[in-house]
Amino acid sequence: MEFVIASLVGLLMSASIYLMLSKKLVRVLMGIAILGNSVNLLIFTGGRITRSVPPFIPEGSYLPLEQTANPLPQALVLTAIVISFSFLAYFLVLGYRAYQELGTDDVLEMRVAEPKGDEKPPLGY
Amino acid sequence: MPFSGVEATFWAMLAPFVAAVLAPMLTQKLKHNAAWVLAAVPALIFVHFLSLVSSVAAGQTHTLGLEWVPTYGVTFSIYLDGLSTLFALLISGIGAFVVLYAGGYLKGHPQQGRFFSFLFLFMGSMLGVVLADNLITLFIFWELTSITSFLLIGFDNLRTASRRSAVQALVVTGSGGMALLAGFLLIGMAGGSMEMSEILASGDVLRDSGLYGAIFILVCLGAFTKSAQFPFHFWLPNAMEAPTPVSAYLHSATMVKAGVYLLMRLNPVLGDTALWTTVLPIFGGLTLLAGVIIGIRQTDLKLMLAYTTVASLGLLVMLTGASNTVAIKGAVLYLVAHSLFKGSLFMMAGTIDHEAGTRDITKLGGLRNAMPITFAAAVLAALSMAGLPPFLGFIAKEILYDGAYGTVGSGYLISLAALCGNILMFALAAAVALKPFMGEKVETPKHAHEGPILLWAGPITLAVSGLLLGLFAAHAGYFFINPMVSAVDGGTYGKELYLIPKHLNMALLMSVLTIALGIFAYLRIDTLRELVGRALTAIGWGPDRGFDQLMDGLVITSDKFIRTVQTGSMVTYMRACFIAVALMLFVPMMTTGNWPTFEGFQNLTFYEWAFVILAVIGLYAVITAKNRVTGIVSLGITGFSVAVIYTLFGAPDLSLTQFMVETLSVVILALVMTRLDLKPKDVRSKEDRVIDGVIAGSVGLGFAMLLMSVVSLPFDATLPEFFTQFSYSIAHGRNLVNVILVDFRGFDTIGEIAVVMVAGLAVLALIRVRAKKAQPKPEVEVMKEVAE
Amino acid sequence: MNTVIFRTIAPYLSALMMVFSIFVLLRGHNEPGGGFIGGLIAVSAFAIYGIACGVAAVRRSMVVHPMSLAGIGLFIAVLSVLPSYLFGQPPMTSQWLIFDFLGSELKLSTPLVFDIGVYLVVVGAITSIALSLEERDVD
Repeated sequence: MEFVIASLVGLLMSASIYLMLSKKLVRVLMGIAILGNSVNLLIFTGGRITRSVPPFIPEGSYLPLEQTANPLPQALVLTAIVISFSFLAYFLVLGYRAYQELGTDDVLEMRVAEPKGDEKPPLGY
Repeated sequence: MPFSGVEATFWAMLAPFVAAVLAPMLTQKLKHNAAWVLAAVPALIFVHFLSLVSSVAAGQTHTLGLEWVPTYGVTFSIYLDGLSTLFALLISGIGAFVVLYAGGYLKGHPQQGRFFSFLFLFMGSMLGVVLADNLITLFIFWELTSITSFLLIGFDNLRTASRRSAVQALVVTGSGGMALLAGFLLIGMAGGSMEMSEILASGDVLRDSGLYGAIFILVCLGAFTKSAQFPFHFWLPNAMEAPTPVSAYLHSATMVKAGVYLLMRLNPVLGDTALWTTVLPIFGGLTLLAGVIIGIRQTDLKLMLAYTTVASLGLLVMLTGASNTVAIKGAVLYLVAHSLFKGSLFMMAGTIDHEAGTRDITKLGGLRNAMPITFAAAVLAALSMAGLPPFLGFIAKEILYDGAYGTVGSGYLISLAALCGNILMFALAAAVALKPFMGEKVETPKHAHEGPILLWAGPITLAVSGLLLGLFAAHAGYFFINPMVSAVDGGTYGKELYLIPKHLNMALLMSVLTIALGIFAYLRIDTLRELVGRALTAIGWGPDRGFDQLMDGLVITSDKFIRTVQTGSMVTYMRACFIAVALMLFVPMMTTGNWPTFEGFQNLTFYEWAFVILAVIGLYAVITAKNRVTGIVSLGITGFSVAVIYTLFGAPDLSLTQFMVETLSVVILALVMTRLDLKPKDVRSKEDRVIDGVIAGSVGLGFAMLLMSVVSLPFDATLPEFFTQFSYSIAHGRNLVNVILVDFRGFDTIGEIAVVMVAGLAVLALIRVRAKKAQPKPEVEVMKEVAE
Repeated sequence: MNTVIFRTIAPYLSALMMVFSIFVLLRGHNEPGGGFIGGLIAVSAFAIYGIACGVAAVRRSMVVHPMSLAGIGLFIAVLSVLPSYLFGQPPMTSQWLIFDFLGSELKLSTPLVFDIGVYLVVVGAITSIALSLEERDVD
């Protein structure tokens, strides 16, 4: 089953990169949204997957009764989900504001930081 | 730490930095008279080191240490022996007078406080250089002196010339410093210690090490750049753009001697090899001759002095390279004498400039009656520089001739270079001290008169101490010179110093020759100047111009490079990044041949298949989405499928979180997309789509294969077992994931919620900042609108 | 979306979700749940309320600015690091107070305080984002 999940991770990753490489803002933003999912699933699977035994200790026991899923990647991914969400929100607003200010949704035309044909650097002291 | 005895050295090292902080405030209150208070700091430091002299002279060395960065073996330790004590005395002693002098020289300057601050920063750093026992500490102080030198040279930062000189000095000495750091690290590797005291005790370890050649070159680069040796000599004369107190202090008496200090310091462990005794005399000799020859050509008092400083540094390096006891004794004597007379002469030149309004030697004359004290100081200092008895300069010259002549092998050459250098130095000393004061009175831009006490106290004291040290040669030898010689030379050297030569020898003969030819050169100085000038014009190019070409070349090359690499095209950058990622994934697999094994589609339940396929369908729909709603909904489908997959594989917490996040994502996306009236249509050309598809596909494939390789490796269950075992027993929690989040790895979580919070703040800022600048339209457009 | 039914139900639905979110937060140490999930549920509650009744209503109901809420949350989370200093233990060692409360066992602990901090940060920061995006309708 790891093979299938690994393939899914690969597909998610490919799709997100393919979208991010498009020049259009909306597609780039959707690519970023998928990227978070793919990385989270990667970390989750990297910690080994076991079927449907959540990491809980039953009432009245000090240890789980059987082998549970690995809790560590779950903890890591849980915060990662929230953080990637906050960043998605941030990127959305950033993209929106960039569109507003620069009047374009094409990343190739957003060249405030590196304008075309800018001046040569000054020589001397 | 006690306030007296050896331990007080810590306070002595700290004091200048404290003074640097207080100086601006004090200067604001007391104006230029703050100099009197501030000069007490170096004076007290001087007294402190003077109190240690007798124990050092008796052959004791002191090491004190504080741990600084113990993991990297960096300690803040002090090593006191004859060499460092004498240097510390020069730095603090001359420093006191320079502070006084600066009080008078920059009287009424609006930035005088800042100047004092820089000066004290330098003083502290320089003390650090000579006192540091640890090589890394030494390096840090070494670079600090470069930086303070940069600040002081560029003090008058409104003038281009000052800025250029400051940058030049920083680039030359700073890059030398980098080489030095590398050299020090190699010394640490070869010698097994970063402490100077231990390295010095290691004997032949460094000389026998295979790294000796590299160490030697790197250390030389550091020392030569700092001490302005040919071909790095050009920055020093340019540094004369600095106010005169700086020239007197940094660029003649102390900082430029740091290179010589380093060579002398390492002489016991690096010296006396074929490389050492060839390279140092060659470069030193070249510097000596280049310095005096170019110096002859100058008419600016400060530049003449600057070039003789270059020459003197060359002489010192040459003698250090001779590596025999007498030569080193000569070098030590000359170093002390030079610091005294050159500091004094620089201040004298500054006073003339300050009071008469020019320092061009051809426009000065007959100032002896107007400025008698300055004249006296100039003459006394110049006599020492010329090497006439009974000054310290004379003794130094005797012994250095003796040592140069006695050098095995290259004795004649070294002696000849020293002789030629000293003859021209004699002429220059005479010119500097006599020309402005003797002869007819020449009208100067300002009406010349004697400066205030702040201006003449320094030069006269330094010049007189040159005389006194000469007169009491035996005591000077016992307390100052011999301890330093023994530190530099490794052994003990108890021979006494005499003012009057005991017998006729080669050295005396050379001295007589120097004086005779020197007088002759002085009388013909105008002819010589013209000759040298013509020769230099014929050569045209020099390292100084080379520096400009280098800097311009650097800027132009980097500009070209940047324009090639950073095209400003976002897509190119991202493609480059992802190609790099793909290479990082595939290259290791290809080189090791560890491809993951294909295990097939077995044992996946129906539900699992269903949601994996649903996720893939969602992906496809996102990529091909023609409108916003399709895109957002498809994104949601993929996200929810992933959430279900988490549930299926035993992660209900993740699943819940993912569900909530996907819901909110859809809400937020919808909110933004309603504003962002854009179609998610793919506008790329077919070609671009293929390229992007290949890049994206290979990165995806790479990660899938990486993941497969990872899961096929044996699993190290240490951490999960730890969490499982202790989750309830010590953390009282049955939900392992939550226990990890809030307890075992709570610090991580603090960081993560801080990130969430910062993202929230950033969004708020982005939205708030908008309304502020509703830019007025350019008039042309408004007109157009009106017309329509 | 802005139907009468939705607008009528939304406040109750939101209130219910808020209660549920606190329930999820508190049971988090032993059952699925915790500060992150609870916080996200609360954000959804606010989002629904905002869509139905407008941003102004949400802001009124929250009393303080959502970012201040997040700030308070971060502060509480950091505070929970400190008690262990009192006992000379390494920072963030958990401290537990377990006693009987009306017949059932009640556990108060620094991890719980910490989780409440996490909850508040998530609620504050993400609500702030959602609200500022919704608000742009007005201007």
